This record gives sequence, structure tokens and C-alpha cells, in this order.
Amino acid sequence: MRYLPKSPAERERMLAEIGAASIDDLFAVIPAEYRLDRDLDVPRQHAESEIVSYFRAAGQKNATDYASFLGAGAYRHYRPVIIDSLVQRGEFLTSYTPYQAEITQGTLQAIFEFQTMIAELTGMDVANASMYDGSTGSAEAVMMAVRVTGRHKAVVAATVHPEYREVLATYAKHQSLPSTLVGYDRETGRVDLAALDAAVTEETAAVLVQSPNFFGTIEDIPAIAAIAHAKGALLIVSIAEAVSLGVVRPPVEADIVSMEAQSFGVALSYGGPFCGVIAAKEKYLRQMPGRLVGQTVDSTGYRGFVLTLSTREQHIRREKATSNICTNQALVALMATIFLTVYGREGIRELAEHNLSKASYAAATLGSQAGAKLLFTGAPRFHEFVFQTAETPTLWSQRLMDEKIVGGLDLSKWYPELGNATLWCATEMVTRENIDTAARVLAAAPVEA
Amino acid sequence: MTTNATAPKTLGKVRPHQTQNEALVFEKSSPGKRAYKMPPLDVPAVDAAALLGDAHRKTPGLLPELSEIEIIRHFTRLSTWNYAIDLGMYPLGSCTMKYNPRVNEAVARIEGLAEAHPYRPDSLAQGILDVIDLLQRCLIEITGMDAITLQPAAGAHGEFTGILLVRAWHESQGNARRKILIPDSAHGTNPATAAICGYTVENLKSNSEGGIDLEALTRQVDEETAALMLTNPSTIGVFESQIHKIADILHAKGALLYMDGANMNALVGKARPGDFGVDVMHLNLHKTFSTPHGGGGPGSGPVACKAFLEPFLPTPVLCKTGNREQGTGNRDQGTGNRQGLGTEGPGTAGQLHWIYDRPQSVGRVRAFYGNTGMFIRALAYILANGPDGLRQTTEDAVLNANYIRAKLEDLYELPYKTASMHEVVFSDKRQAAKGVKTGDIAKRLIDYGFHPYTVSFPMIVHGALMIEPTESESLEELDLFIEAMRAIAREVDETPDLVKTAPHSTRVSRLDEVQAARKPILRWRPTE
Repeated sequence: MRYLPKSPAERERMLAEIGAASIDDLFAVIPAEYRLDRDLDVPRQHAESEIVSYFRAAGQKNATDYASFLGAGAYRHYRPVIIDSLVQRGEFLTSYTPYQAEITQGTLQAIFEFQTMIAELTGMDVANASMYDGSTGSAEAVMMAVRVTGRHKAVVAATVHPEYREVLATYAKHQSLPSTLVGYDRETGRVDLAALDAAVTEETAAVLVQSPNFFGTIEDIPAIAAIAHAKGALLIVSIAEAVSLGVVRPPVEADIVSMEAQSFGVALSYGGPFCGVIAAKEKYLRQMPGRLVGQTVDSTGYRGFVLTLSTREQHIRREKATSNICTNQALVALMATIFLTVYGREGIRELAEHNLSKASYAAATLGSQAGAKLLFTGAPRFHEFVFQTAETPTLWSQRLMDEKIVGGLDLSKWYPELGNATLWCATEMVTRENIDTAARVLAAAPVEA
Repeated sequence: MTTNATAPKTLGKVRPHQTQNEALVFEKSSPGKRAYKMPPLDVPAVDAAALLGDAHRKTPGLLPELSEIEIIRHFTRLSTWNYAIDLGMYPLGSCTMKYNPRVNEAVARIEGLAEAHPYRPDSLAQGILDVIDLLQRCLIEITGMDAITLQPAAGAHGEFTGILLVRAWHESQGNARRKILIPDSAHGTNPATAAICGYTVENLKSNSEGGIDLEALTRQVDEETAALMLTNPSTIGVFESQIHKIADILHAKGALLYMDGANMNALVGKARPGDFGVDVMHLNLHKTFSTPHGGGGPGSGPVACKAFLEPFLPTPVLCKTGNREQGTGNRDQGTGNRQGLGTEGPGTAGQLHWIYDRPQSVGRVRAFYGNTGMFIRALAYILANGPDGLRQTTEDAVLNANYIRAKLEDLYELPYKTASMHEVVFSDKRQAAKGVKTGDIAKRLIDYGFHPYTVSFPMIVHGALMIEPTESESLEELDLFIEAMRAIAREVDETPDLVKTAPHSTRVSRLDEVQAARKPILRWRPTE
């Protein structure tokens, strides 16, 4: 086996040194009836060339040459080449969690830089080293608000990603943490502020909204914050599209921001690994879940970085920890850090503006086809938009696929009240030609007899 | 640093060398530098301020501005400050720091897989679904379980999912029950997980051999016990030889056996948890199945279970057309293709698709389907090994640990004499008598060119040195490690201060953790 660095003779020598007659001696502690006396029924040992061929075939079977208008929490942005050049350095790739600070300063400093960038972008004071993803991060943020406030109810906007809401429901179910769902305004696609005001009470630990929300609409964060804070509840803002922060005002009124940073240079990879992160006001630091890197000095006074405030964490606090999270998404956070360094202060704005322009053109073009109706025009949006079609989406989506285009996401599963509504996304990767072709196909509905 | 003054100068594991200094990326920034270039817009440019109104960002975030070469140098320099498996042995107990094959990285980046959107229609995702399906069937076979979910993003997330299954099943029987039993040797994530699943944690004291005390277990298991969370082999690297009795005691009271699969690297191809009474368990693809740790993630923590827990698995589950009823309980299918993968890829004919209508499911634990990129890597590892390679891997991992044990047990205290599997746990008892603790020995190992072992864990061993070499170490590397550990033992006797102030060869010396926690500085801020 090519990964195993031992010759048969060396194995024999080692067994002799141990004083074992055979390798089976070392497994004798396993009761005989539980020892596997056959080969595992898994594919035979494959050559590297065969492995590459297998996965290449799988990639081709997946179909690669489609243009896509899918977003909804997973966004296709250009990934600068140097991201993969750098994260594939073995010193980053094959290093463990940086518990031994003296020999992991590289990872530690990079995470410190990540925390700084996330805090800068979100308008929060501090950010952690990463969470699994945006969905689990949102659930953890709600649990954090419960610890901060000592209250046990959550109010959640229906415009939060439906799968994020499902994850929150899974986490909340066994913690006596009921949540109230608040609907949205049909003109703006924003959370219904009157309904929100009615739902938030003195028992509410947190209000969870997403902005830009699941429909792509930017929520009125100052107004939502005023409602939450009037009753002493914390405001959690979930951000699924991190690139929006290049041009959209950060949610500075929030107490906690839970962000999915996948847009910062992380491949779609069929939904993961992505990169969640929690940022917050400094006063809530001690209730943050996950790892934190802090600056300090070594015994000779040089600057260095360490994992810190670990008394919040499971390996010290066990069942009293702020979360059970241990392994997070460090390498993916490094990708985001490199991405943000490549684009920088000006680039992130320019990139976000390109997305805004593409989506404006796409919304105007696609939404103006016969039978189409653009929804939620009463509020600003970033790069996603919703429109209804006269035809059911299954009909035109097949016609689009014939043109090698994957159209918007059918919303009927989660928002049946919106009829034939679909959610479209136009990042900088979508071309005008893609948009014009999609518009032409949409318009080409078969004429009813 | 060689330990023998007469040894030729070409031998020994490390010599000091220079590394570049590097400031924070923010400190290197100058306005106007660029590392990107946007293509020309092919649609009309919009006025962002006018379009967004109050929602427009007026002040940009203080991101750095650098050129591309500076960015390459910045992160390359940082990387040289890290120790890594690629540089040498990384014997962190319970972490399974094995070689991360590069073909895994290559195939995970194949365009059709890396660029796949999670909401693309199933008909356009058959390639990646084939990969997921084959990995699921391989892992079911390796664990001897009946069904699996790959959704959990890491080990602790898998524990959470597994205990949710336990809870859902008990609820379906009419009583969720109240407590989870956890041995005092367990990893901290176990009790933390039980707590977030709404259970009370009851500690189970280990017996004199570091294993489960059957009498205590019998006493403590009652009608309110939902499950025992057991790591097997245990955190001291010992196989619970009474495992079937443990399962019987639990099952007699209606409680379930959860296995933390952190130490699965000791079992693959040699014994299957499903055969020895485990009801539900998680795996760590980033330990046993060679996906890289990446400085702390991403991981992947699949949860495998017996058939009676299958209805409770998180949504969605993967099914093959015409196979709706079977859900993920596709054990009977085997891996479908023992000899090879064929030109059409793995598995039998039929379209794969996600099923969401699962009324008894515990719900989602993560958006989308899990850390798919890690599935690709783990499957590449399994394919590279095959049944013979997987078994040899396990045997080598156990051989390596026992070799280290045999070569060091005269100098380091072995608190439990029980046979070791894939890791060996010593204590610092003899060294502590000279004022040198396990943490000091660990730091001194750095000077010899090794990553430290796991320090002060498990908690049942005072001053633990937890050493897991994995199968990836050659005899030469093991001998160098042993030589280093023996040299340090001598230093403890002769020059204990040298050990207590280690490391001496690193860029930074011991860092002030107290100051870091007392006045946390968690981000850079511009100087006024």
C-alpha cells in the first residue's frame, strides 16, 4: 500500500522488538467473535490514475458546462488562483488546531487576520475563528443570546434561509427554546415590522433576521434593532451572502452577526465545506462559541498569538461549555482571508458593485418578460431577486436546461403562497449573454391553443 | 539536534534555520495597491448609492491593500512558522494525524465536482451523488452498521446528531429519558453534546484498567438512562474487551450504546462496531479517512446507525429510484462492485435523488448535505487502500504505537498496563518528581523536531502523555522520536531547567496565555 512507509522486514523487526509473534497478537484483546476474519467488501485497491479517472468521470456525469442562476445561500464567485496555491501548502493543509502556539504561529496569525477582517466588514467588535457554516452559526448565535439574556424564546423572520430555520429548529427542540415565526411584507419582501413588534416580548432572547434576506432583499436593520432592543432582546443578523458587505451598510445595530463566508473564495463544492463565523459586540465575548485567537507576547517580549478564552470551551468546561464545537473550518477561513486580501478595501466594493449591476440588469430583463412579475420591488436588494411566472417553473426550467442554463430556484416548497415564484441570483460570473438567453427562453412559452 | 555528540553531522532530525519575519497583513497595506482586476462590465453600471439608499455602505471595511506578490509572500512566510504532518511526525493522541494524500486534494478540485451548486437539479448532480452513495456504502460496510448520514460537519456535530437519534428513538418509545452516562476518560465534546441535547450528564468512573467498570455500569444504568457514550478503543488506547457485556447491560434496560469513533483508526478492517453491539456512532473523516485537518478544520462527522434508528436520520437522505422504502438502509447492496469501479462509475443502475419527506426525522443539522468536499477526499482514500490496504493501515497504526510503548516504558510511567491499540498513554509521574511536567516534555519535543503528543488528556491519567503515531510513520521516524523522548528523559534528570523552559529553537518562546485571556486583543486596530 503506497501510503505505508514500511517494508515487510521492518514490520517483522518491530514485532520482534515488541515481543509479539505476529500482528494478530496485538489484536488479541478484541474478543475473537468480533474480529473480522474476511476482507471488507469495499472496492479493491486502486492506482492513483484509476482514482483520478473515476472522479473525473463523476465530474463529467455531473455536467459542467451549464450557466447557473442559483444562489440561495451558496454563491458562485470568481476564486483567485492564489487561494489554492497557498492553502495547499502542506504547512497549512496538514497542520492541526494550533494548540501548540510556538509551532503554529502561521495558522494563528492568519486566523487573527481573519477575525479582524470579519469584524471590519460586519461592523462588530470581535469575531471568532469560524463555525461550521451559516446555518449552524445562526443556531449557535441564538443559543448565545439565550445565555446572554437568560431568556428562552426566539423570534425568527420567515425571510431567513429556510434550511437555516430548520437547523435552528433541530438545535432548539431540546433546549426548551420555542421560536415564533414572523412573516414578510408582500411589497418589500422585508420582515413585517408590525408583526415583529407584536411578536417580540419581554421574554424574547433574540430576534433573528437575515440580510440580504432569502429573497435577496436588504432588511431595515435599524428599525428591526429598535424593536428588538425596546424589549431587551438581542438582534442577530445572519448574512448568507458575505460579498454584499462590500456595498451594503453593515448591520452595526446588531448584537451578534452570524455570517456564511463561502462567497469569499470558497468553492460551491455541492454545499460544503463552507465557512460560518460569529461576530459580536465585545461585551458578549464571554458567551461566544468556538475558538478565538488573541494577541500576546512571548517570554522575551515578541508579539505572538494564542488560542484564548478557552474556559468557554468544551475541552475545559465539558457539559457547561458555551458549545460542543471543537473542529471548525480553519482552512476555509484561510481561503476567505486570502480572498479578502486579494480584493482588499477597494476590490470588495468594486466586486459587490459588479454583482449589483448584473442583478439589476437580470431582474429588469427577466422580470419584464411576458407573464413574469418581479416581486418585492419596494425595497433595495443585492444580487438576488424573485419573480413569478405564468408557467410553472418545471416547464421553463426544462427549456432552460436544454439551453445549458440552470434557472432560478423554485420557492413553492417553502413559500407556497408565492405561487410560481422562483429565486434568481446574478453574480459577477453571470454574463449578459446568459441573461439574454434565459430571457428569450422564458418568453418562448408554448402558445396555448 | 542530535543527541549523540559523536554522530555524523548529517544525522539527526533538525537543525535551526532562519524564517522570514512578517508583519500583520494590515500593517503592510498601502492605499492604491491592487491584487485584483475586474473584467469590464457587460451590463450597464448602476449607481449603488442611488439604488440602495439608506442601505448603502458609506465607509468601507479596513481591508488591506497589497499586490499579488506581497500576498504570496505574506502567507508563504506565515506557513513556514507552522509544524505539519508534511514536515514530520505529529503524534497527537486521539487526533489521528496521518498522511493526507495529495490525490485527495486533486480530485476534490475537479471542476464538475468543485463547482456543483447544492441546489442544482438531482439530474445534473448524478456524478457527485454517485460519490456520496459509494462512500456511504463503504462506511456502512466498514462500521458494520445499517444506515448513515454524512450531514454532520465535524466529530462534535456527529455526536450531536447521534444523540438526537437516540433521543428521537426513546421519544418514539414513549420516554425521552433523562441522562447520558459518560466515562471520566471521555473527550470534552461528549458531555457538552449530551447537554445541548437536553440530557443530564452522569459520570462513569473508570476501573483500575482504565476501562468501563461493569459493576458501576450495572448500578448506574436505569430506566432513565438514554445511552452510554463510549469511546472504543478508549482514550487510553485500550479496547473494551467486555464490550458485548457493556452493550447487554445497556440494552437490558432499554438504553443504547453510542460509540465515539474518534479512535476508529485502530479498528478499520479488523473489527466492526456494528458487530459488537454499538447502536449508533460517528466517524471523523478528518482522522480515520485522511482528510486534512487544515489547522483546525474542515472536518466531517458521518453518523452510522442500526436499522431501527434509520427513520430518525436527518433530512434529506439519499435514495435510488425505485428504492424509496429502503432509505439509507442499503446494507444489503454492499458496495456493489468489489473488483473495480467500471467505466460508468460505481453502484447499480438507477437515478439517485434526495428524499425530504421523512416524518420521523430529527430534522436538519446543517444546510445542504454536509462537507461534500471531504466526502470526495475520504472516498479517494478508501479507493487507494482497498480492503487489504485498510487492514494493513490499521495493523501498522497499532504496530507503531506498541513499538513506541516497548521502547519507552522503561523511562516513562505506564499507568495502565492493558494492551495498547493505536495509541499509548504514559504519565509524567517519574519526571514530575523532578519538577518537570508533561507539558514541559511536550515543549522540549519541539526542539527535537517533533510535534508534541496530546498533553494532560485523558483526565483519568494525571500528567498524561498521549501518543498516537498513526500508520504514517516509518521505522526511521519512530526511532528518532524514541531517541528524542529518551534524551529528554535524561535531560529531566541532568538539566531539568532546559526542559522546563523549552522550546528553545522556535520563532517565539512560550507565550503569555494569562495576559492573552486577561486583556483579550482579538483583532488588529489601526494606530491613531
